[in-house]
Amino acid sequence: MPKKNEIQIQFLSHSINEAFARVSISAFVAQLDPTVEEIYDIKMAVSEAVTNAIIHGYENKEGIVTVKCSYEDKWVEIEIIDEGKGINSVEEAMTPLYTTSLEEERAGLGFTVMQEMMDEVEVCSHPGLGTTVKMKKSLGK
Amino acid sequence: MQIEFYMLDSTLIVALTGEIDHHTCVAIREAVDKTYQKKRAKNLLFDFEKVTFMDSSGIGMLMGRYRVVAIGGGKIGLYNVPKDIEKVLKMANIYKLMKAYSNKQEALKELA
Repeated sequence: MPKKNEIQIQFLSHSINEAFARVSISAFVAQLDPTVEEIYDIKMAVSEAVTNAIIHGYENKEGIVTVKCSYEDKWVEIEIIDEGKGINSVEEAMTPLYTTSLEEERAGLGFTVMQEMMDEVEVCSHPGLGTTVKMKKSLGK
Repeated sequence: MQIEFYMLDSTLIVALTGEIDHHTCVAIREAVDKTYQKKRAKNLLFDFEKVTFMDSSGIGMLMGRYRVVAIGGGKIGLYNVPKDIEKVLKMANIYKLMKAYSNKQEALKELA
C-alpha cells in the first residue's frame, strides 16, 4: 500500500450527489483500514460540507463541486471546493445554530458537525468567488 | 430512501429505510406532513431501525416535524435509534424536543 495517495472528484451541485460524494470518499479512505466509526465520521463531515456547497454556495443553482481527498500515513485531508457565492462572515457561519436558510428547515449545525467529526476544519471563502473547506483527521488514535 | 406509514390509535408511525440527508429530507418532509394531515394523526413516531446514515439535515427535518406536531397538541418521538446516529442527535440537543425510546411498545406507552 502506498504511504501517500490522492484523488479528486467533480460533480454537478445536485443534491442527489451528496450520497455519491460521501460514499466515494469513504471508499477511498477505506484503503487505510479505518474503524467503522472513523468512516462514519468522515461520511458525516463530507456530507455536511457538500450540502453547504450546494445549498449556500450555489443556492441550489447549477455549479461544480470539487472534492479532493489525500492521505499520508494516517492523516486524511479532505477539501470541498465550490465556486459559488462565498461566505461574508466565516466566523458567523461557523456559530452553532446559525443559518441563513430559514424556510428550508436547516438546523445550522453543519460546521459544528464537521468540527466534531474531524481534527481540523479550515474555511477559506471569498464573496463572489467561492468557498473551500479543508478538513483533516488522524486515524487510529 | 423508503418510507412506510401505519397508524396505531392516534399515532402515526413512520418507518424509514436508508440514508437521511439534505436530498432525502425533501421527500421525507413532504410525505410525513401529507400523511400526518390526511390520517388526522395526533402523535408522530419515527422508527429509526433501518436508518443507515443521518447528517444535520435530518436534525432540521426532525425539528420541523416537532413544530408541526406541537401545533396540533401532539407528541413526537423516536425509537430503535442506531448508536452511530445517536451521536448527531446528542450533538444537536434534539432530546430536549423529543425522546428516543428503546422500542415501539415503550414509545407508544409513553406517548399515550
